[in-house]
Amino acid sequence: MPIFNLSSFSKRLKDKEWGMGEFKVHRVRFFNYVPSGIRCVAYNNQSNRLAVSRTDGTVEIYNLSANYFQEKFFPGHESRATEALCWAEGQRLFSAGLNGEILEYDLQALNIKYALDAFGGPIWSMAASPSGSQLVVGCEDGSVKLFEVTPEKIQFARNFDRQKSRILSLSWHPAGTHIAAGSIDYISVFDVKSGSIIRKMVLDRQHLGVTKSRCIVWGVAFLSDGTVISVDSVGKVQLWDSATGTLVKSHLIANADVQSIAVADQEDSFVVGTAEGTVFHFQLVSVTSSSSEKQWVRTKPFQHHTHDVRTVAHSPTALISGGTDTHLVIRPLMEKVEVKNYDAALRKITFPHRRLISCSKRRQLLLFQFAHHLELWRLGSTLATGKNGDTLPLSKNADHLLHLKTKGPENIICSCVSQCGSWIAYSTASRFFLYRLKYEHDNISLQRVSKMPAFLQSAVHILFSEDSRKLFVASNQGSLHILHLLEGSFKHLHTFQPQSGTVEAMCLLAVSPDGNWLAASGTSAGVHVYDLNHLKLHCTVPAYNFPVTALAIAPNTNNLVIAHSDQQVFEFSIPDKQYTDWSRAVQKQGFHQLWLQRDTPITHISFHPKRPMHILLHDAYMFCIIDKALPLPNDKTVLYNPLPPKNESDVFLRRTAHAFKISKIYKPLLFMDLLDERTLVAVERPLDDIIAQLPPPIKKKKFGT
Amino acid sequence: MAALEEEFTLSTGVLSAGPEGFLGVEQSDKADQFLVTDSGRTVVLYKVSDQKPLGSWSVKQGQTITCPAVCNFQTGEYIVVHDQKVLRIWNNEDVNLDKVFKATLSAEVHRIHSVQKTEPLVLFQRGAVRGLEALLAEPQQNIEAVIPDEEVIKWSEFFMVFKQPVLIFITEKHGNYFAYVQLCKSHSLSKYTLLLGKEEKSVKPNFTARVDGKFISLVSLSSDGCIYETLIPIYSSDTEKNHRLIRALMLKAVVSGAARNGTALTILDQDHVAVLGPPLPASKECLSIWNVKFQTLQTSKELPQGTSGQLWYHGEILFMLHGKCLTVIPYKCEVSSLAGALGKLKHTQESDPHSMPHFVDWETCSGYDLGSYSADQSRTLRRKKIETNLQPEVPGSKQLLSIIKNDSEKHIEVELRKFLAKSTPDFHTKIGDVVAGLLGRCKAEPSFYPRNCLMQLIQTRVLSYSLCPGLMEIALEHTDVQMLQLCLQQFPDIPESTTCACLKLFLSIGDDCLRDININMESVFDYSDTIQDEKKEMKEQTEIVQNGFSPEDNSCSKDDQQLNKKPGDAAKETTSFPVTSCPVTPKRAALINAVLHSAYSEAFLLPHLKDIPAKHITLFLQYLYFLYLKCSGNATMTLPGISPPTLSQIMDWICLLLDANFTVVLMIPDAKRLLLNLYKFVKSQISVYSELNKIEVSFRELQKLNQDKSNRGLYSIEVLELF
Repeated sequence: MPIFNLSSFSKRLKDKEWGMGEFKVHRVRFFNYVPSGIRCVAYNNQSNRLAVSRTDGTVEIYNLSANYFQEKFFPGHESRATEALCWAEGQRLFSAGLNGEILEYDLQALNIKYALDAFGGPIWSMAASPSGSQLVVGCEDGSVKLFEVTPEKIQFARNFDRQKSRILSLSWHPAGTHIAAGSIDYISVFDVKSGSIIRKMVLDRQHLGVTKSRCIVWGVAFLSDGTVISVDSVGKVQLWDSATGTLVKSHLIANADVQSIAVADQEDSFVVGTAEGTVFHFQLVSVTSSSSEKQWVRTKPFQHHTHDVRTVAHSPTALISGGTDTHLVIRPLMEKVEVKNYDAALRKITFPHRRLISCSKRRQLLLFQFAHHLELWRLGSTLATGKNGDTLPLSKNADHLLHLKTKGPENIICSCVSQCGSWIAYSTASRFFLYRLKYEHDNISLQRVSKMPAFLQSAVHILFSEDSRKLFVASNQGSLHILHLLEGSFKHLHTFQPQSGTVEAMCLLAVSPDGNWLAASGTSAGVHVYDLNHLKLHCTVPAYNFPVTALAIAPNTNNLVIAHSDQQVFEFSIPDKQYTDWSRAVQKQGFHQLWLQRDTPITHISFHPKRPMHILLHDAYMFCIIDKALPLPNDKTVLYNPLPPKNESDVFLRRTAHAFKISKIYKPLLFMDLLDERTLVAVERPLDDIIAQLPPPIKKKKFGT
Repeated sequence: MAALEEEFTLSTGVLSAGPEGFLGVEQSDKADQFLVTDSGRTVVLYKVSDQKPLGSWSVKQGQTITCPAVCNFQTGEYIVVHDQKVLRIWNNEDVNLDKVFKATLSAEVHRIHSVQKTEPLVLFQRGAVRGLEALLAEPQQNIEAVIPDEEVIKWSEFFMVFKQPVLIFITEKHGNYFAYVQLCKSHSLSKYTLLLGKEEKSVKPNFTARVDGKFISLVSLSSDGCIYETLIPIYSSDTEKNHRLIRALMLKAVVSGAARNGTALTILDQDHVAVLGPPLPASKECLSIWNVKFQTLQTSKELPQGTSGQLWYHGEILFMLHGKCLTVIPYKCEVSSLAGALGKLKHTQESDPHSMPHFVDWETCSGYDLGSYSADQSRTLRRKKIETNLQPEVPGSKQLLSIIKNDSEKHIEVELRKFLAKSTPDFHTKIGDVVAGLLGRCKAEPSFYPRNCLMQLIQTRVLSYSLCPGLMEIALEHTDVQMLQLCLQQFPDIPESTTCACLKLFLSIGDDCLRDININMESVFDYSDTIQDEKKEMKEQTEIVQNGFSPEDNSCSKDDQQLNKKPGDAAKETTSFPVTSCPVTPKRAALINAVLHSAYSEAFLLPHLKDIPAKHITLFLQYLYFLYLKCSGNATMTLPGISPPTLSQIMDWICLLLDANFTVVLMIPDAKRLLLNLYKFVKSQISVYSELNKIEVSFRELQKLNQDKSNRGLYSIEVLELF
């Protein structure tokens, strides 16, 4: 007995000495993910949401109130290049593109409600009337078409006077009586009632003495006093008097195109974006401090982009810009921000707020999801050991096992690989695919499971159970399907229908390792927990204001850990149907200030198989192991402890400090999980690698060379 | 760059362009207004910028205008000749030419020439020339025949040369061409025979001319399509003899030789000529602008509807008959300055704040009462003037100037000192006036050389070369090296020719002359002290590679040995080229250093450097080489002293000297050793740089290795310990 005691003591001692312990980390950088460039942004003042469309047709919805969380997205489509995006009739979202169709998005079911051909060739521009009851689109053939927004659909109302070249930009007068349309070389002003053109303003093609072949009006904005602001390919921002059709003021701001413009609702400031990556803020400023006479002055230039700024938006407190360099930049206007909090910080959103990677722990596989294909990789291995910071020699390198291309033009919505590695499932907007993988030594064979049932058309989230015998599919109709997987086939077990009256899609799923519980969360309706043995709803976690960003059920205890976009983390005991004591203690004390100020959401939560007190979670710039046994940090303690301790007393101090063990070594971190008790996998995507794959930016002169 | 601007046409409704085109296009006394005379009866006054006629006058039916209308710039009247003998003079108010002043002359008029600032000249067909005033005083006066009977005037031109009217006309007789130059004031006439090519006999050549210094440059477009230049002296030394003039080819084949007519040329400016005609036998007619200096076609314009072969150039506007229209093409030649591109200021140590160039502050310059000043300002200025005049004890610049003109050197010096003690707002201009006054008297009186005054004035640091261009020349004449040194140190804008003249003087002036002159020695450190140490050091230093300089270089040392084998040479070298001691006296070194410090442009300096005698070049090179050795003797590569020449100045001058005189230097036995040393130096520098390049590559590899460590590639397994 004494010997046993001694060994257990020494083990405990070792654990303490090592703190959280030592891990081998598979540091993966071969996930060759490049986000698509941003084409349009549209800000909705009512809901404080931002719609962003990308060049691959994807549309994302960001909730600016919920810490800029990307709460919804509509997958892209190869033939649907979105050129215009706007909100109408309150919170209805419309887009139009080069395929000539106007689309309306269903923000509840996360699908496309309908597509309507405008019959004018590719659509270049679209604008909703100030009241939101009308839409106007500008087409390739020079036609401007007016649509009435009906409760269910939109209806073509009439054509305006046809112009001779494509209509690239449109803007309504705030009274809804006139429309300014930017075309090539001129701007026309239409009377909405008669549909006739009442003014035509011709642009100068001169740029610094060089006459360009044409001057493209990339953007127009109509102000209530009748001023039309235009931005063009010559590099000018020009103010026109629409009543007389005369040029009032011209600002030459760039050597390249000025591609976008957005005006604040108060009409006291506007923002333009240039092809050189610069965003300029213009403000209406009094000429002298006493006089009431005001003029537009270029006040602030911002250079947050390296490439073309294709689109800008102006929220009451911030300038929003996006472009070819794929970043969505939200730059708060400091004079409009009252409290120095989250909203006062510059936001640069590059990566999606959802997981693109799933992992098979048993076979050490990683499944990478791209827009049109999946890649399966097997991690390498090493026999060596080392101390902190060492790079170990590889005995086997990582293998690219599989490259699975989708059929059809639709982007992949979600994908998953089972824990055993023998199942892969993915879904596009109209089809669901399930594959069976067989491993024979070094060869893999792939077999598609055919005859998918009719109800399995499109999935928002897919999850395999821990034992890989069940498949959970969250469909966009709000229902949850459970399939029993057999060798090469499947059986439909059950479908949980959505709560009566809601059609909200479930975006996140989590299953308990013992296979008894399934947790599902929608974008706003809270988290539901289902009992898989009795196939019924077990309970609903009390509703919380902020959307869920990650969800996981701990082994053994069956505690559900939920991360929200405001950086709160809750632990909910499923058997007890209540928050755990630890969670209550955390809520009572509150999280550390710095923890709450992180600006990327937690996208994945996992648990240590041997240490039930540990929760591992990560966002794009850090990963953290929460040791529930340790005291919580308060605002006086140091949250981040990057340096290893120097001596024993230091170790003691640090270790007793608090429960949050944070590491910022790996970033930008797209995925992190525990493969086993001593092995981690971290998937990084360095920004430099993304930039290297973008087209070269416009070269700018430096130092007068 | 010469360029033709967009053309436009003048309506020619009332004008009748005959097969020969118009008689002429002449300037009127107002800018932008031109008189166009057709070959029939009409004269039209055009305002070109408005493209419309201001007035039109015709002679009676049956009369013909025989000479283009011109404007008398002195009276603003217009003059025309019809029926060869009848002169008409009118002005803008006149409507009918029949009713205007008329004078019938006794001989047939060839042309009336009128240029600004002088009375018009009438050239008669027989070569006589009369001023208009004299002619009108007695219209029926007898007009003599100047040229032989069969000669016919083909072309004439009128210039003002140094306020003297000069008329040149070309006559032809049996295919031979003669040029006459008539100086109107002195009534001297010179006749020259133009030697043209044989092919000229049949075709009338086109002429144009311009004054080039003391010559008239007669440019002709001959029928072979080439442009030739003939220089005709304006002031002929011997008027009796019949000179023969040879032409020189200026531009080759600018128009097709086959073009029988429709060719014309005119000189635009010093470097550009405009040529009208088809560039190729089959092509359409073209107006082309040629740069004569660089022999390049600057621009051209096709005239598809054909021309009458006439081209007029007045006030940056070209006129020609294109089809039936009078076409106007504005011509612009922007001057691009070569000096701006080549200029190089060599003041590397511009630490002295006083040496900043000074500019006249025109705002405070009370000497100039500008019309644009408001009444208040001019009043205050006047008051200031009065105030300065109220102080009698200090001489004003005017008083000083009068003193300079007449008084003795001593007195001038005293007055100047008083003047300099006072600083006035327009000090700069007054100093300029004073220097100009002094120099004027120097020129007038060769014995007068107020050295002290001039030195004082230079030391005000206000002067520059352009303010007193004659100063350095006078100092050079007096071999006043001290003054020249001062000028070189003070003036920022000395032309290269003067710099070089100074250098020549400094190199050639005898040591005994220098001995007694007080020279500013601050740029020279005391060589005598170091010479002994230097000699000892040199022996050791030959073992050390200094700045890549290795005297023990294999290939060269062989040459050395070969050289040393010749006993005579070796002895000579040791005596003539002792690098260890300064080859020039410290005083001369100080003077040369002043030259090294001065600013120059390589392109302008090189030609002057070629004039330096070989002996002096060797000396100068030796001195520069000595300075270089001194420079490379220490780690910072600088020379001791207050403002010594910098290494780059030394190297630039060595390169310049060798560039300018390489063949000469190569032939001098004294310089052989020096050249060898320089060659070795360059060779060792090249090897050092190649070694450095190798090292750079190695460093880059090291850096790459370092980067690889931090950038772990696409996949790695690492150990992480969390605390």
